[in-house]
Amino acid sequence: MNGLLPSPETLAALVKIGLLVGGLMTAAAYLVLVERWIAAWVQDRRGPNRVGVPLTKIRLFGLGQPLADGLKIILKEDFTPSHVDKVLYNAAPLVLLAASLAIFAAIPFGSVLPPLGIEGLPDPVPFLVAPGLDVGVLWVFALSSIAVYGVLLGGWASNNKYGFLGGLRSSAQLVAYEIPLGLGLLGVVLAAGSLKLDVIMNHQAETGLWFAFAQPLGFVVFLIASFAEAARLPFDLPEAEQELVGGYHTEYAGIKLLLFLVSEFLHMVTAAFLIVIMFLGGWHLWGVTGSSQEVTWLGAGLRFGILSAKIFAVILFFMVVRWSWPRFRFDQLMNLAWKVMLPLGLLNLVVVATIEEFRPRLEATLGPGLTSGIAIGLPWLIFFGGWAAAGLLTPSGTDNRPIRRPGPFDSEHDIESTADAADQQHPELVEA
Amino acid sequence: MKPNDPGITWLEEKPLGLAERLYLPLFVQGLTTTSRHLVSKKNTVNFPEERPAIGNPLIYRGVHRLNRDEEGRVKCVACFLCATACPAHCIDIVATESPWEDREKYPESFQIDELRCIFCGMCEEACPVDAIELTSLLDLTGKSREEMIFDKEKLLSVYDMTKDAEPMKSAELGGTL
Repeated sequence: MNGLLPSPETLAALVKIGLLVGGLMTAAAYLVLVERWIAAWVQDRRGPNRVGVPLTKIRLFGLGQPLADGLKIILKEDFTPSHVDKVLYNAAPLVLLAASLAIFAAIPFGSVLPPLGIEGLPDPVPFLVAPGLDVGVLWVFALSSIAVYGVLLGGWASNNKYGFLGGLRSSAQLVAYEIPLGLGLLGVVLAAGSLKLDVIMNHQAETGLWFAFAQPLGFVVFLIASFAEAARLPFDLPEAEQELVGGYHTEYAGIKLLLFLVSEFLHMVTAAFLIVIMFLGGWHLWGVTGSSQEVTWLGAGLRFGILSAKIFAVILFFMVVRWSWPRFRFDQLMNLAWKVMLPLGLLNLVVVATIEEFRPRLEATLGPGLTSGIAIGLPWLIFFGGWAAAGLLTPSGTDNRPIRRPGPFDSEHDIESTADAADQQHPELVEA
Repeated sequence: MKPNDPGITWLEEKPLGLAERLYLPLFVQGLTTTSRHLVSKKNTVNFPEERPAIGNPLIYRGVHRLNRDEEGRVKCVACFLCATACPAHCIDIVATESPWEDREKYPESFQIDELRCIFCGMCEEACPVDAIELTSLLDLTGKSREEMIFDKEKLLSVYDMTKDAEPMKSAELGGTL
């Protein structure tokens, strides 16, 4: 055995890692440009359109902007304030970036390559860095939880009130939203019967029924929760430029800030990947891609293109949403997570589990046609019912002003009590 | 002010309607608004190549100019009305005896500090002979403070530059003469 050369499998993994990391970093840089364009267009401006090929006057609609942005932020002084915890301060961006990049080990970025005929390589070669990883989805979730540590460490180590508040908000928000995220995911895992993301994609391709249509409630819950996980508006309370001056990265500058910002975009890309892979069919498109595991080079390219296009569309949606709704207040955010999303996620899980449990028996008695009708109809019924119930059960006021209960000396000032009105509005708060 | 002051009107938040509680109509509304703006006509222009529309250039208040009369002499009679009217004190005139028969004085030097000017147009209003005017030139730049103090020659050259596009005020254009 040749001890010096790595095996073809290791080489293939290295090539995939190189392509993926390079692609992701470039994508993150260009997504900054896209974000700025969308921001400008929504505000009726033109956005960055000057920087093109360096040292020439070719403008290329501003496509050189990421290079200029990156160069600028790298050349900035890497300033460390004197009051920070040096070790944690330096570790935070690294933890965050490492975790956000390692997530992609388990995320497929295409279908499979046609057989290459190289000895030692599995045929066909999948577009996935770690194809044998049986806990795919768990890996993704475990690492996205570790990424929260980066944010927390950054906020804590900064020794700054804004950073600290940002870190606190981030921890509360991410803990709250990981539960609906997991519930939305569990439905998919139950229906597909695997934790591997490529198997989940293949399942959707084989049945031709994307999970967004089979489990609409799970899709909506997962979509909203991934906005919160990626800390995008309307759930960007950990950063909240207007009130927290950037939140956990207030005290960062230069290349460390760049690492934070890149990780933030990678979060969004991860969220888009998960949404597309688990709910929007991955590389599958009816009548275009086919669904078998045997593909030509053209087919493999087509599938990769369709997956990328879907992911880009989801990211565009993320960016347009940013300018469409104002930020939630923190109590509204928590209400939404615990009182709306959690019950709806559980409801979806129960429905999916019931359908999967009784599917064989239903098929035996009612036939396959009626069974799939029920398997699609019931979730949609529950979706509309659950949504309407969630809406109707929401309190009809959003006023969170403190209730004024006059104290012993308030008679001098003749302050009217609002306690009676408040008691009528929230009878559950009246003490026995 | 006490909370029960009669001058205070306490606004009560309206209870949310069905559409607001279901959230979906608002969701669609927000997305429609942003999508419409995404593709609508842009309000800004690619500046140096495209110029913004500034309405009527005759009433725009940009860089100053000193008008010339029919014989090409400076029209100003050094009456100091503009310098007196100027709220920013940016006009500096040195008057001397006129070499011409038709007026007593003329400005030996006439300086406007464009950095101090607030472009209010009072000088133009005050001028009894319509000698000083504000043009529609809006991109006023310079590399030093000294460069931004415009002297008589420069102000006359602004007139030469803009006289075709923006004719001097006359009786029919609302001038005093």
